[in-house]
Amino acid sequence: MDRSDIAISAQRAAAPAGPVVQTEKLEKVYTMGDVKVHALRGISLRIDAGEFIAVMGASGSGKSTFMNLVGCLDRPTAGRYLLRGEDVSRFSRDELARVRGREIGFVFQGFNLLPRTNAVENVELPMLYQGIPARERHARAAEALRTVGLGDRLDHTPAQLSGGQQQRVAIARALVNRPTVVLADEPTGNLDSQTSVEVMAIFQQLNDQGLTVLLVTHEPDIAQHAKRVVTFKDGLVLDDRRVENRRIARIEPRERIEPREGAA
Amino acid sequence: MNILAALRTALRALRKNKLRSFLAALGIVIAVAAVVATVAIGQGAQAKVAAQMASLGSNMLMILPGSMMQHGAATGTGATQNLTRDDAQAIEKELTSSVGAIAPMNRTGAQVIYGDANWFTQVVGTSPSYLEVRSWTLAQGEMFGRQEDASAAKVCILGQTVVDKLFGAQPALGEQIRVKHVPCKVVGILSLKGQSWGGQDQDDIILMPWTTLVRRINGSQSDAVGSLMVSARTSNLVSVAQREVTSLLKQRHHLADSVDPDFQVRNLAEMQNAAQEQTNTVAWLLKSVAAISLLVGAIGIANVMLVSVTERTREIGIRMAVGARGRDVLFQFLTEAVVLAIVGGLLGLGLGVAVAKYAAIQAQWPTLLSPLAMAGTMLLAGVAGVLAGFYPALRASRLDPIEALRFE
Repeated sequence: MDRSDIAISAQRAAAPAGPVVQTEKLEKVYTMGDVKVHALRGISLRIDAGEFIAVMGASGSGKSTFMNLVGCLDRPTAGRYLLRGEDVSRFSRDELARVRGREIGFVFQGFNLLPRTNAVENVELPMLYQGIPARERHARAAEALRTVGLGDRLDHTPAQLSGGQQQRVAIARALVNRPTVVLADEPTGNLDSQTSVEVMAIFQQLNDQGLTVLLVTHEPDIAQHAKRVVTFKDGLVLDDRRVENRRIARIEPRERIEPREGAA
Repeated sequence: MNILAALRTALRALRKNKLRSFLAALGIVIAVAAVVATVAIGQGAQAKVAAQMASLGSNMLMILPGSMMQHGAATGTGATQNLTRDDAQAIEKELTSSVGAIAPMNRTGAQVIYGDANWFTQVVGTSPSYLEVRSWTLAQGEMFGRQEDASAAKVCILGQTVVDKLFGAQPALGEQIRVKHVPCKVVGILSLKGQSWGGQDQDDIILMPWTTLVRRINGSQSDAVGSLMVSARTSNLVSVAQREVTSLLKQRHHLADSVDPDFQVRNLAEMQNAAQEQTNTVAWLLKSVAAISLLVGAIGIANVMLVSVTERTREIGIRMAVGARGRDVLFQFLTEAVVLAIVGGLLGLGLGVAVAKYAAIQAQWPTLLSPLAMAGTMLLAGVAGVLAGFYPALRASRLDPIEALRFE
């Protein structure tokens, strides 16, 4: 696969008009002993293809729970969740695993790379569970790493990479199966401000190419990089507005991501 | 995830923790080595016992005079002198269908002298059919005949040990030696027989005609024999011969069927079976120890896999987040356990074969490696790996991805 394919695949996700993610009165109740905690009290949100949304909120506002539900790591207690029009809220564990592998790309605050495993193998991981042949896995992983500017770090293990580089490996891993939506949970939480800007620049570029990005953060500065900010409070949507004066992340020439053909 | 990818993932994970993987597999290594070695050693020992038993003589019955009451006190077996050469002749004449050969045997210890060399050995007085009964052959010369037996000829046949002690490398055939006070001509030399099952040197022996020993060396006029050795025509006829010999001798000794005989008939096949059973018992003991070590080895793998699952909880969470199903995780950990067991099994196989060869060289028996036992043990090792890995793998596969990802 050559460079343009990733761009095209990102655009392909944008092609069908209409919502990519649609939740209807999504509720999640955790039962801890006798106490019931309403993490989500009815979230109805529609995310269209090509959007770049930041979910904000204090801790306990339900934003992480919402992220887990959208990421198919968990099932809602009530309500519906349509992913590309398909109701996944009652899927079995195995079906959810399949959806996670094909439709979702995760980027975590703590990177969550496999230790003592080099960058290419880390990026190959999602393809391992989709039955993609080894040769193609390797080629696609190397390509994804090149698109995040790590073409010369393929054999490096996480311990040999800086925090920003590790997060870029994680982003490459999130992209490699050409997901419908990329979910980033506090992706800059463990990074310094300079590196945070670099990572946000990558998300903005990918979004420019048509990728749908859902970002959870509690930092207003970071949220300003998105196109739309949704604020949660006590398991409900408090505020939902378009970003004015959107920040565009500048990146140093040294760190500049390779330009791609077909980029929007 | 296909098998090849699972295998590569498992090997990679095991390589990352070489020492722990080695220690985990060590139990299986030792267990498989123990099974392979003990089976080989057991079979080697049995082969040796069987060979030694066969060296006593084929299909052989041993008839010994019984005990008797003398003034109210019982004497030991062989104390009576009620077994005679006439008995031997009667058996030879009348039981031709079941008995192949019969040889009387009297034994005495004697000093033997040649030149300035001397040796103390066992002298056996017997008939020419002794060689047939004991399935023995001569290396040189010829066996004495009935003529020499009848005339108490001063001839003898030497065992290899006696030849070594008296003659060294010198030729012995045709030489004159002295057995006690009687000069005897060496007319034959026995082939090498080796140790008996009891560890006795069977080659430390001199054969001579029965009459020569009894009349000339012992100076006795009695016809009583120390024992009779009878060989049945075939191994199937051993028990028939035993029955017929018993009933004939009872008849000759004027004993009713219901009365206990005044002699004993010992069946060497029974002794052989007893010896075989003894080695079987030891073999079973070794096998059960090996089986227990296999169990311990499996527990070792289970333990390491459980630790590994806990330690790699976050890895499992990551794999699930990027699309691994429960069964993919299960398969991954199961593969690791099985690879550990199989690699351990192969190492153990090599070690076991080495130990078996070494033992065979030390104990001088053939290296008998049973392919069935080796294949079976490898299969068992694989099964042990599956069983040991299954529970940890199942636990891993049932982890909640969110919990697993949060695990520190």
